[in-house]
Amino acid sequence: MATLTLNDIRKSFGSTTVLHGINLDIAEGEMVVIVGASGCGKSTLLRIAAGLETPTSGTVRIADRDVTELEPADRDIAMVFQNYALYPHMTVFDNMAYGLKIRGMTRDAIRQRVEEAAGLLGITPLLSRRPRELSGGQRQRVAMGRAIVREPKLFLFDEPLSNLDAKLRVQMRAEIRRLQRRLGVTSLFVTHDQVEAMTLGDRLVVMNQGRAAQIATPMEIFAKPADTYVAAFIGSPSMNLLRATLDDGGRSATLAAGGSVSFDEPRPGPAGQAVIIGIRPEHVTLGGELPVAIELVEPLGSETVLHGTLPSGEAMAVRVQGAAPVNGGSMPVSFTHSIHVFDAETGKRI
Amino acid sequence: MRKNVIFRGKLLPLLLLLPQLVITGLFFFWPAGQAIWSSMLREDAFGLSSNFVGLENFTDVILDPTWRAAAGTTAVFAFSVAILALSVALLLAVQADKAIRGSSLYKTLLIWPYAVAPAVAAVLWLFLFHPQIGLIGRALSTAQIAWDYRLNGGQAMLLVIVASAWKQVSYNFIFFLAGLQSIPKSVLEAAAIDGARPVRRFWTVVFPLLSPTSFFLLTVNLVYAFFDTFGVIHALTQGGPAKATETLIYKVYIDGVENLNLGSSAAQSVILMLIVIAMTVVQFRFIERKVHY
Repeated sequence: MATLTLNDIRKSFGSTTVLHGINLDIAEGEMVVIVGASGCGKSTLLRIAAGLETPTSGTVRIADRDVTELEPADRDIAMVFQNYALYPHMTVFDNMAYGLKIRGMTRDAIRQRVEEAAGLLGITPLLSRRPRELSGGQRQRVAMGRAIVREPKLFLFDEPLSNLDAKLRVQMRAEIRRLQRRLGVTSLFVTHDQVEAMTLGDRLVVMNQGRAAQIATPMEIFAKPADTYVAAFIGSPSMNLLRATLDDGGRSATLAAGGSVSFDEPRPGPAGQAVIIGIRPEHVTLGGELPVAIELVEPLGSETVLHGTLPSGEAMAVRVQGAAPVNGGSMPVSFTHSIHVFDAETGKRI
Repeated sequence: MRKNVIFRGKLLPLLLLLPQLVITGLFFFWPAGQAIWSSMLREDAFGLSSNFVGLENFTDVILDPTWRAAAGTTAVFAFSVAILALSVALLLAVQADKAIRGSSLYKTLLIWPYAVAPAVAAVLWLFLFHPQIGLIGRALSTAQIAWDYRLNGGQAMLLVIVASAWKQVSYNFIFFLAGLQSIPKSVLEAAAIDGARPVRRFWTVVFPLLSPTSFFLLTVNLVYAFFDTFGVIHALTQGGPAKATETLIYKVYIDGVENLNLGSSAAQSVILMLIVIAMTVVQFRFIERKVHY
């Protein structure tokens, strides 16, 4: 149990820069989730924390000790891999005991620790089997067990749930969260799945092209996305982003699609400045002056998502409770609350 | 996906198989049949007549102390070649697996010895180790080391072992490299995070995962040392000095071609044939039951 500090981590492979200076502080016992599209550098960042890659510049500190130059073996960490990376020629017991044997623990102590961890994960009956005789979920548990028995300072998870089917993923997600809380081990979790990120993390790091677009709690990221990338990435269906220009005084904006939206507080900026108005599908008010030409209706039972286009040609999604109010044609909407405003040029929240 | 091709008639498939069948029949079944037949005949000293003696040639061969000595020599030779060729190839494959820059050149160069004919390879080693004309042989003499494989049986054995192993390293190298590259990188990373240093990682993770490859190669190498090293031995030592490097296959040649004892030579080659059949059976059995990690 320890803190993890990443200080201005940069990484280049040849002439391609994949990380442009990441700063991150993880408190003791905290679970931080790095989320982003594939190729954003999230796995590289995790591998740098593990010591499997060396950063081009920057420092990694675990429990206030500079470990940047240390081998993975000397960092006292455990990692769960996407493909589980179990030792195929060893039994489940030996897989879990491997790290302990290397540390020179006695046989009895190893047995006790492994059995305890196996009990915690419900894999006691599997201890004498080999990895190829296990299902995906069981392998995942063994990989978790291998990490737990070591009682490391830090847990690293590299998309550990993406090879599981949907139902098992939800189950394992809850299990990982429960276990992490119970053991109180500082954890860094990488995923491309926003639901996984929102439900697992104490805090999230949303990464975009090698930069941390926003580091905050899940609710804060949802309520106040730092830029248009975060706004579009978190939330499903994603936030509607519409072109507009700021009116005089910054209290309202004129949409490219026609009509205007007013804000509860004024935004700085000259009249006529190009902005992007963000509105989540569930925050759209039905009825108003803006017609949406409905193209697709997705009934989800308790709610319905309607997809259409505005007169400006911009796509628009609307989420309503219960059944669809219309089945096609045109539906008037307006935006009255929960409006996000972004700078059209930089994409930053204003 | 369906891979079977279905022919309408029987003529075309037979025609397509014919070249292989002719070659196998002409160069394998016919001589093998001849050998089995000859192994049960005994010729008079002038080769004018032969009479059927049943399995007498076999009992004679097995009871013959020189044949037993050759069998012992063969065992020492074959296991030494196999172990040397396997361990050198494994070492090289591990290094090649690590190398990133220039690895394809390295791999290509390592594969070349396999293309060298046994006799040519032997001549190459002869030019290195001959006491009078060999580069290394002369250097050893200059350094006051008594080196003459034509007189010292141990040295002769060492030379044919090294020369034979050298030729087989390439073959083993290719298989080991493929085996190493099929080990998932994340498994090795997991071991690194578990605290295992490279040497420990090799012996506890890499080596066990390579064991199916190693076993397959061990059989192939033994078969190679038993049968394909005739050229090397013939060019380097002719089985000498004092039969120190006379393996079973070389003895077949000496007894049959030089001593013209056809019955005994044929019986010996039939015994060798049985050994290779047994080895092939073991190998195929193993491949069928091979553990897929």
